[in-house]
Amino acid sequence: MKEKKSFLMIPLVQSVLAALLCIVLGLLIGYLVLLAINPAGAGEGIVAIIKNFWNYPSKPAQMKYLGNTLVKTAPLLMCALSINFCYKTGLFNIGAAGQYVVGAGACLYAALKFNMPWFACILMALIVGGIWGFAVGMLKAYANVNEVISGIMLNWIGLYLVNMLLNGVKESTSPYTEQIGSVNKGALIPSAGLDKMFTNNKYVTIAIPLAIIIAVVIWVVLNKTKFGYEIRATGFNKEAARYAGMNEKRNIILTLVIGGALAGLGAAFLYLSGYEQWSVTQSSVPSMGFNGIAATFLGGLDPIGTIFSSFFIQHITSGGSYLDKAVYPSQIADLITSIIIYLCGFVLFFKLTLTGMLNRRRDKSGKSGR
Amino acid sequence: MILLIQYTLIFASVLTLVALGGCFSEHSGVINLGLEGVMVMGALGGALCMKAMAGSNYFITVILIILVSALTGMAYTVLLGVACINFKADQTLVGTALNIMATAVATVIVKALNMHENPDNVSATVQYGQAKKSLIVKIGTFQFNWFMLVAVVAVAVAFVVLYKTKFGLRLMACGENPQAADSVGINVYKMRWAGVLISGALGGIGGVVYITAGVSEWKFETGVAGFGFLALAVMIFGSWKPVNIGLAALLFGFFRALSNVYSGFSWLAALKIPSAVYNMFPYIISLLVLAFTSKNSRAPKAEGIPYDKGSR
Repeated sequence: MKEKKSFLMIPLVQSVLAALLCIVLGLLIGYLVLLAINPAGAGEGIVAIIKNFWNYPSKPAQMKYLGNTLVKTAPLLMCALSINFCYKTGLFNIGAAGQYVVGAGACLYAALKFNMPWFACILMALIVGGIWGFAVGMLKAYANVNEVISGIMLNWIGLYLVNMLLNGVKESTSPYTEQIGSVNKGALIPSAGLDKMFTNNKYVTIAIPLAIIIAVVIWVVLNKTKFGYEIRATGFNKEAARYAGMNEKRNIILTLVIGGALAGLGAAFLYLSGYEQWSVTQSSVPSMGFNGIAATFLGGLDPIGTIFSSFFIQHITSGGSYLDKAVYPSQIADLITSIIIYLCGFVLFFKLTLTGMLNRRRDKSGKSGR
Repeated sequence: MILLIQYTLIFASVLTLVALGGCFSEHSGVINLGLEGVMVMGALGGALCMKAMAGSNYFITVILIILVSALTGMAYTVLLGVACINFKADQTLVGTALNIMATAVATVIVKALNMHENPDNVSATVQYGQAKKSLIVKIGTFQFNWFMLVAVVAVAVAFVVLYKTKFGLRLMACGENPQAADSVGINVYKMRWAGVLISGALGGIGGVVYITAGVSEWKFETGVAGFGFLALAVMIFGSWKPVNIGLAALLFGFFRALSNVYSGFSWLAALKIPSAVYNMFPYIISLLVLAFTSKNSRAPKAEGIPYDKGSR
């Protein structure tokens, strides 16, 4: 009995429990929405979303489509890490979406216009994303501008800029940018044999293991270095951190630069795999950065947890496309994701209540035992 | 030129309404970053109402559109209130969730309705061209929109309510020093709920004004293009005061209107600036404005901090 109590008190267990609860509730509400639209296929529909690549009967096909999900998990993980890293300083980097957009613009332009090799393109995305984060950081540190508002403004500025820029490298007959594979093969991130593991899915590249390695690095930086400690201290109590001699302004700017670079990198991981082309007529900011918010909070604000939650979020987002489109809108998946974000707002309350409940019970049993 | 004035006024009306919403919410102590989502929901309610009302009485249509969009907006902010006031959730996170959720909810609802009507129609577009005519009075070539009047009235009412009534002063006390307000018998939770719900109503109306500003059908997948956040910038620039907000909205509305009508000015069209640049204008201006005004701005002191009766 005593052991079980302490088990539920472990923060990690609480985080996992809270995340699972959010997922179950999110899926349940999604199911109810399906029921409301058309009761007949609702059960099948929600199962199709959860199954995603398992919807294919054959093993090779499953692996191939698992590969596709992973290809999009890598950028999502990077966006989530960006938001996670900034949140530790107490900054809500909703601008990750825009940093991702300018990263995409930079790497595609470098690849298609200047025929740069893949690592140079990645570097471009990283730098430009970092610059976008830097702008938010400067505004926050020196002009006291709320980072959420400036982030959103920069998202839209970035979108219009990138559309304008990539207009120069688009296919003449479509609004999409040219295929990297046919214009500049050297800009595609190498797959180093990984494609073989996923039934020759050529989009599976070293970007995926790289993203996981970066997540681990971020964990180490946050938890095992002086810089990480300063970041977390600033997040806990800005005034105390300043009083302790930490350069709060520098830390704010630096975190956002790193956050921006991470999001930019994420874009490079997707667009340099050749999986997607940029549409220069798109009129809304890609949802990758916003889904990153879901992944971050679902992952319990822990870089390692974020690896799993990113996969899950991408899994159901991709799963949405297996819904019967004649009956259900595929945006149900987005709806489930957003409900999960909303529910994550209750996680802190959940943890406090759980801890409080357990403490009370321990106190009671302690008293009766005496 | 008249077209420019017309668009400036209508976009300024949107910004005024939504920014006033944000103003009420923040004065009560809750940051409503979900205004963008509230606008989408209000727009959804209004658009469906307009679709249903096509061809009915002119006066009733206008009143009903306002009522329905205000109510949908309010209903949607209940989600914010529950999470942020009663469960003390992170206001930034919940607001963001509301923004993302609104687009998804609106798309799902509209698509489901469209498919129900006609199985081949899988778009997320609502058409309301006919009912939209009720909103407009033509004065020469200038199209007067009733919502412009609504916005002006809203500014006046907001001013009176905030500064001249017991309710408004109490509301503001809850955003400045909730503990002190509580100690003199004001129910902080109730006041914050009031602030949040008012922001929902105003945000909802703002949403329907936005979608009827230029077009007669709306694709709900696109959301409202950051207008909720522009409104927050207007609110900060207007230093949380209704009259200043109205004036700030005119400035922002002007830059937003430019992107709609610049091709009508021969000298602007001759400059051959890509339309994307005009589209960027409002966002760039708001960044600049915020950069210069945020440093010394006086936000309500307790905004963003969940009120906990037990804490000191």
